[in-house]
Amino acid sequence: MLEDTRKIGDILLDVKGISLSFGAVKAIADVSFDILEGEVRAIIGPNGAGKTSMLNCINGFYHPQQGTITYKGTTRSQMKPYEAAAQGIGRTFQNVALFKGMSTLDNIMTGRNLKMKSGILSALIWRGRAEREELEHRRFVEDIINFLEIEAIRKTPVGRLPYGLQKRVELGRALAAEPDLLLLDEPMAGMNLEEKEDMCRFILDVNQEFGTTICLIEHDMGVVMDISDRVLVLDYGGKIADGTPDAVRADQNVIDAYLGGGH
Amino acid sequence: MTINDTELKRYDTFPKLLLRNAHQRPQASAFREKEYGIWQTYSWQDVQENVKALALGLTKLGLGRGDKIAIVGSNRPKLYWAFAAAQAIGAVPVPIYQDGVAEEIQYVLAHAEVKAVFAEDQEQVDKIMSIMAECPDIKNIIYKEPRGLRLYDQDYLHFYDDVQEAGRAYEKSHPDLFEAEIAKGKIEDLSVILYTSGTTGRPKGVMLSFFNLWESARLSVEFEGLTEKDEVLSYLPMAWVGDHFFAYAQALHAGYTVNCPESAETVLSDLRELGPTYYFAPPAIFESLLTQTMIRIEDAGTLKRKMFHYFIGVAKRCGVKILEKKPVSLKDRLLYALGNILVFGPLKNRLGFSRIRISYTAGAPIGSEVFNFYRSLGMNLKQLYGQTESCAYVCIQNNNDVRSDTVGPPAPACEVMIDDTTGEVLYKSPGAFVGYYKNEEATRETKLESGWVHTGDAGIITDDGQLKIIDRAKDVGKLVDGTLFAPQYIENKLKFFPSIKEVVCHGGERESVTAFINIDLDAVGNWAERQGISYTSYTDLGNRDEVYELIKGCVEEVNQELAIDSDLVNAQVTRFLILHKELDADDGELTRTRKVRRRIVAERYAILIDALYSDKDMISIESQMTFEDGRTGQLKADLKIKECETFPALKAAS
Repeated sequence: MLEDTRKIGDILLDVKGISLSFGAVKAIADVSFDILEGEVRAIIGPNGAGKTSMLNCINGFYHPQQGTITYKGTTRSQMKPYEAAAQGIGRTFQNVALFKGMSTLDNIMTGRNLKMKSGILSALIWRGRAEREELEHRRFVEDIINFLEIEAIRKTPVGRLPYGLQKRVELGRALAAEPDLLLLDEPMAGMNLEEKEDMCRFILDVNQEFGTTICLIEHDMGVVMDISDRVLVLDYGGKIADGTPDAVRADQNVIDAYLGGGH
Repeated sequence: MTINDTELKRYDTFPKLLLRNAHQRPQASAFREKEYGIWQTYSWQDVQENVKALALGLTKLGLGRGDKIAIVGSNRPKLYWAFAAAQAIGAVPVPIYQDGVAEEIQYVLAHAEVKAVFAEDQEQVDKIMSIMAECPDIKNIIYKEPRGLRLYDQDYLHFYDDVQEAGRAYEKSHPDLFEAEIAKGKIEDLSVILYTSGTTGRPKGVMLSFFNLWESARLSVEFEGLTEKDEVLSYLPMAWVGDHFFAYAQALHAGYTVNCPESAETVLSDLRELGPTYYFAPPAIFESLLTQTMIRIEDAGTLKRKMFHYFIGVAKRCGVKILEKKPVSLKDRLLYALGNILVFGPLKNRLGFSRIRISYTAGAPIGSEVFNFYRSLGMNLKQLYGQTESCAYVCIQNNNDVRSDTVGPPAPACEVMIDDTTGEVLYKSPGAFVGYYKNEEATRETKLESGWVHTGDAGIITDDGQLKIIDRAKDVGKLVDGTLFAPQYIENKLKFFPSIKEVVCHGGERESVTAFINIDLDAVGNWAERQGISYTSYTDLGNRDEVYELIKGCVEEVNQELAIDSDLVNAQVTRFLILHKELDADDGELTRTRKVRRRIVAERYAILIDALYSDKDMISIESQMTFEDGRTGQLKADLKIKECETFPALKAAS
């Protein structure tokens, strides 16, 4: 079964001096930071600070013009998103990106895609290996459904679900790929207080029970300070602070960035 | 204490019945639980092995005879096994409502001197740990769901499976201990302590002996012909006597399967998948299912909607008669059969009621519309009356004589009588409790030396021996001529009309009964629109002659019902008025749970009550009103008073 794997360990992901620009727009300028195995790492910053761009660089959607990203000891210059997924980087999106017409169960099942080995033909016939494989995956998906407490919406098309639940389904789909590093882009945006509390608990449980390393972008300061081990603060594409929640909270640069200068 | 069946007598406690079931039908299914989307089955043998391991594990933890063990959580097989394991080693299980806040739970745990607690998950464990300081007796907490608890390292915390593992190891050195401990159990021993929710004052711990539950369960299993083939869905709180009775006491007797839903939110879909044969729900659930059905039908296509309404009309006309095997014309019979194929069957299937043989509603009065709707679909829905102190059963309706307005004749081996002076219902039954735990005074007040138990409910016994519950005894008064006046009984009858939202009846120490009425703005407003009546406000609408006529019709219908009962014939509503404002909790007229505060209403509207008992047909009133922001305003209105027709006593229609 599961065991307590929450031990903060070695560097899982190391970002060194990356810069990303779109034409003349500099989205990220020479930012370095690392993510340790087993920690909850938050990235915060005002709108347009480059947070989502950073996640997109990490999972290979954008390719930074300068700098290196080292993941599990392998340095890479370019990588496709599906390669990132195959190496154990999972993510959710700022705007929920689910298959609206499909049920919760099927949506989470798609997260198992990379783990499915049988070919199209045997999947069509659905005998022997393909059948066995699907049952195994279904079992895993049911574990996630149980974990996220979404039994009651197992067969509901996700388009009919309220926003908070859709976010939970999306988390489920990301978990289905059994990621080592989970990137969450504003997992609590647009939620009410109770939904936020639930989501916090799920994120912490994922971190503790599965030992998944988590990197999240969040605007709600209370949430960030409560659940993360270390916080990276970006502003205008540059790093302005990095450290424990308390240290970041007290940092003059951060206060200036959020409240404007002169405070 | 006599149990006639000598064979059964050998199994006079619940752990003994468990051994019997595991011995006689080891592979038959005892519990089912939906997990990971699949119904997982546990046979009687599985249950026995699990209970054995758990019981020995508890012994290893130092628990034993007379110790109290609390159980907090939702309906799970593992928690039901905790009852059996506790009873096997002579301990007394104390189930606790899992949604209670920490302070409420703390009172019960401390009062019952609980030594160990079974908690379902992290939420419950946290709650118990937050009050451990005030409950020094608690030495162990056993949790079923390890999620989130990995980092807790307190010595007193144990994982359920680990306790069982320790029990299995202990068995090696003590092979016959389990059976020997069970054999020590006697029928007069305490079986369980159930804390009543206590609407007034502190909760009281109702002590029930094995005899209470065992004998009541035996009698009721016999009465209803429950067998091992039955299926129940256990979804009501485990701390409630009904669940303990249906999902534990009766289940062990009859040996039927208890099914636990996946989660509280999935109950309705689990119900549909399962199709239980034996079902219990409070009236509110039946009402909301009916409302949902009606709303969905209105959204359905024209053909389906017409078909539904046509056949529901047929069912209304003859469904109940067919269920009760009374003569019905051939044409209706054929139409009903057709309706069964096209509408009733699919509908019942959708609701999960296809296989129901017996279903009960209890706990509150049920509207006859709702009650008869389900019966007309061919579902054997019955009423039952009882309380924690009586092991759930006092009165129960016979299959061939079910009514919406009585709760039936006394159950087997129960006797019921009405106190002549107070109108309170008293009963004597094998289920009558031992006493309240550590509360001699309350025990003496409730359970008399002679064995009669006070219920606190006022009731009457109809001419053919059926009990009718009318009100809480303390609210019941008398008219000047001595007729029983039970305000809530009449109010409930009126409130079953959709047009009426709230009613306050007057009549204590008066010549006749009169009523204040609040109309339901949505329902009456909707009705007014369809009638082409324009109105500006609640006060304006309520003062319309047409609305008065509408309400008068409702009141007179109730009067007609009251006339059937010889005891209540004089308690018909003679005059009423529609209040110019809705009774409101902000004005202190209702409690926050929307119960009428009679005394405050009577004081504030004394002038209206006087007018009701005069000849006036119009009265002016000025009253104060509190707005949501706390400001107050004056409201002036002229109210009409309407006379109602009353009816002479009718012969009881049976």
